[in-house]
Amino acid sequence: MGLKSSLHNFKEKNKDKKWLPAFSAIHTFLFLPNETTHNGTHIKVADDLKRTMNTVIMAMVPCLIFGMFNAGYQHHLAFGDIQQATGGFFSSAFWTMDNFMVGFWKVIPLVIVSYGVGLAIEILFAMKNSHEVEEGYLVTGMLVPLIVPIDTPLWMLAVAVAFGVVIGKEVFGGTGMNILNPALTIRAFLFFAYPTWMSGDKVWVEGAVERDQMIAAGENLDAISGETILGSLAQNKEVGYEVMDMFYGLIPGSVGETSVLLILLAGLFLIFTKIGSWRIMLSSAIGALVMGLIFNGVVSSGWITESSKFYGLMSTEFWHHLLIGGFAFGTVFMATDPVTASQTNKGKWIYGFLIGFISIMIRVFNPAYPEGVMLAILLMNVFAPTIDHYVVQGNVKRRMKRLKVKTA
Amino acid sequence: MSKDIKIKKGLDIKLVGEAEKSVEQAIISNFCTIRPEDFHSVIPKLVAKEGTTLKAGDVIFYDKSNEEVKFVSPVSGTVIEVLRGPKRRIDAVKIQADREQSYNDFGKFNMNSDAKTTKAHLLASGCWPFIKQRPYDVIANPEKSPKAIFISGYATAPLAADLDFVLQGKEAELQAAVSALSKLTEGQVHIGVGSRNSPLASMTDATIHNVSGPHPAGNVGTHINKIDPVNKGEVVWTVNAQDLVIIGELLMTGKLNAERVVALAGSSVKKPRYFKTRIGSEVATMVYDNGVEKDGNDRIISGNVLSGKQLKPDGSLGYYDNVISVIPEGDDYELFGWTKPVFNKISTSRALTFSWLTPKKKFALNTNTNGEHRAFVVTGSYEKVFPLDIYPMQILKACKYEDLDEMEALGMYEVAPEDFALTEFICVSKQPHQDIIRKGLDLMLKEIG
Repeated sequence: MGLKSSLHNFKEKNKDKKWLPAFSAIHTFLFLPNETTHNGTHIKVADDLKRTMNTVIMAMVPCLIFGMFNAGYQHHLAFGDIQQATGGFFSSAFWTMDNFMVGFWKVIPLVIVSYGVGLAIEILFAMKNSHEVEEGYLVTGMLVPLIVPIDTPLWMLAVAVAFGVVIGKEVFGGTGMNILNPALTIRAFLFFAYPTWMSGDKVWVEGAVERDQMIAAGENLDAISGETILGSLAQNKEVGYEVMDMFYGLIPGSVGETSVLLILLAGLFLIFTKIGSWRIMLSSAIGALVMGLIFNGVVSSGWITESSKFYGLMSTEFWHHLLIGGFAFGTVFMATDPVTASQTNKGKWIYGFLIGFISIMIRVFNPAYPEGVMLAILLMNVFAPTIDHYVVQGNVKRRMKRLKVKTA
Repeated sequence: MSKDIKIKKGLDIKLVGEAEKSVEQAIISNFCTIRPEDFHSVIPKLVAKEGTTLKAGDVIFYDKSNEEVKFVSPVSGTVIEVLRGPKRRIDAVKIQADREQSYNDFGKFNMNSDAKTTKAHLLASGCWPFIKQRPYDVIANPEKSPKAIFISGYATAPLAADLDFVLQGKEAELQAAVSALSKLTEGQVHIGVGSRNSPLASMTDATIHNVSGPHPAGNVGTHINKIDPVNKGEVVWTVNAQDLVIIGELLMTGKLNAERVVALAGSSVKKPRYFKTRIGSEVATMVYDNGVEKDGNDRIISGNVLSGKQLKPDGSLGYYDNVISVIPEGDDYELFGWTKPVFNKISTSRALTFSWLTPKKKFALNTNTNGEHRAFVVTGSYEKVFPLDIYPMQILKACKYEDLDEMEALGMYEVAPEDFALTEFICVSKQPHQDIIRKGLDLMLKEIG
């Protein structure tokens, strides 16, 4: 066996080298290691962290590919090259090579930068702390390009990834130790450091920003605008999309967040494979619906009138909230991150519910930034240990009570 | 008052190589090895120096911290070697067995004796080490009286010896031991049985519980948690069902007969079956004849594949074990093993692992870890295989950061390492759960006692 034994010999020869984790990271992607159990259980299940993380990535790939098509579609639509695709998800006007190539050349660099910078930092830290490169970033690296606007400059992304990985994760000790979801830390950094690139009506369509700059330079062109649905609602504007468009995802938005259909399928896949927590996904949807219903109730009882700046979002039918913005994506892929979520089953219900509830609240009440799911998840990440603490205390109290009954 | 135990959380690990129900007399082992490491936290004080001749039942060493607890020789013979490790720690005492066995006669025990006499008799005859206690999962402290004694007559671990089979015809010995033990507790002796056919099901002086459900339904830790959990300051004792036979025979005849029926099992064994042998016998007397290839790449384990101890080919049967498991070593690489669909390994997820399609299939697992050690990441999976009313991940983490108050609050007094065997088996991060719990218990024993 050529490759297998030469890689093995190479590993054995360089056992004490500082850079071995970098080699091992690649080696273990080729071969499942030859490591055996010692005392303790002599057999182990087939699953490891790589397989777990890989399952999440598999669930994201359809969203990524759809995102490429959608980026091209939004671009061509805004520039007047094509007509609105009719026929929903399977419309032949959507799935064209032309659309795909525009998106492909914009999204792939995002993916490469995200993985390149993130993994480089992970490997550096692994070498410094001499442990193996952990797999957490495999998912983060894929999430990041899916939750940013298509035109995000690559240098900006690189800076944000470096910040997110170092401050969001490595300072706590790496995968498994972090408090905040790293992908959302990266997204939050981008949002607060470069707000003009992260919201408004220009950033969601490939080429719109560039066109703006050309106009500013004095060229006689029409400005392009591609407002997200949440953006329109926040300004009490008419929404020009059908409900089914929102569900299928033929709308402007961050690269991978638009197709609720694909996200729903991914969510079901994660639940079926037992990798994602159905408790968090379900309770988060319930939380969002409850908050949506409350707002609908406020509107229907006449406390808020059309003159209010909250009217647009408050009067949105409660279940539409599940379809618009990044809610579905955040719920399925980011709220469920096991490290930063609640770790007890009861805690997961509370944690998920509050994410949904607070998402919609921020969405409606924050005029500067109509999407609330990012901040809601980050907020609940911080509270997750507290929730767990009280859930676990329930068990502790039961034990104390048992002791008291005995001694009494 | 019988209370049945029915658990839902757990996992039956079905492996190839279950022992056939036929007993062979093992070749008589020339040597008998006693390893103090089988008796956790005991520091041995050697009595039988090299060259001493012993009868079966004569003291080899006693516990330095409690001289009453004596460890006796399972065979008659001569001590030929005392193996020592660092700091002159005693690693093993090797005894060359006589051809003709002679026994130290402890005398027929009067079954109407009181608790004090019973205890003294068990201590003097070297039967005491068979009695273990919780908290801490160590040999019972004879000075404390237990609130209950638990015995499991139902083995659910993978490839475990079928207790109904190995205890057949031993009802008289079992009853003698159970009656004697029942005097040592103010509470009851609880016996968990898998079926009404169990020889233990008809015991008197004890409460019989019918147990059902997946592994760890048969673990004594599960029974304790469901029937009478250990609170702070309380002690319960546990005894292996098979060791009751040795205790019973001693009480009835006065002889310590360390004979035991042992299952030889595992996918590497050609003809898995049962052997009649003695505690401390060399495993080589059993594993090679119609068993394992001599130069095969296999792992020999004294005990079950979840909690047993790895042995070298010249190793010997552990003091408490009634299974020898032999499975293939997994020290090889597997191309794209981390991502390709898996059909021949057990998994609790469905992440391109397909063991959920074949719930009845028996698997031939090897010792590969199927991935590298990582920090705890995945949550919620341990709880599905962990029937105790305890938060497994939280208690493991508390052990890792050595917070004694938290360990105590989360239920450390109730657990033994073997209770965490299943969570360790399914752990995606390949954390050594049993080792973490053992170290946590040791820390508590040292700090709180």
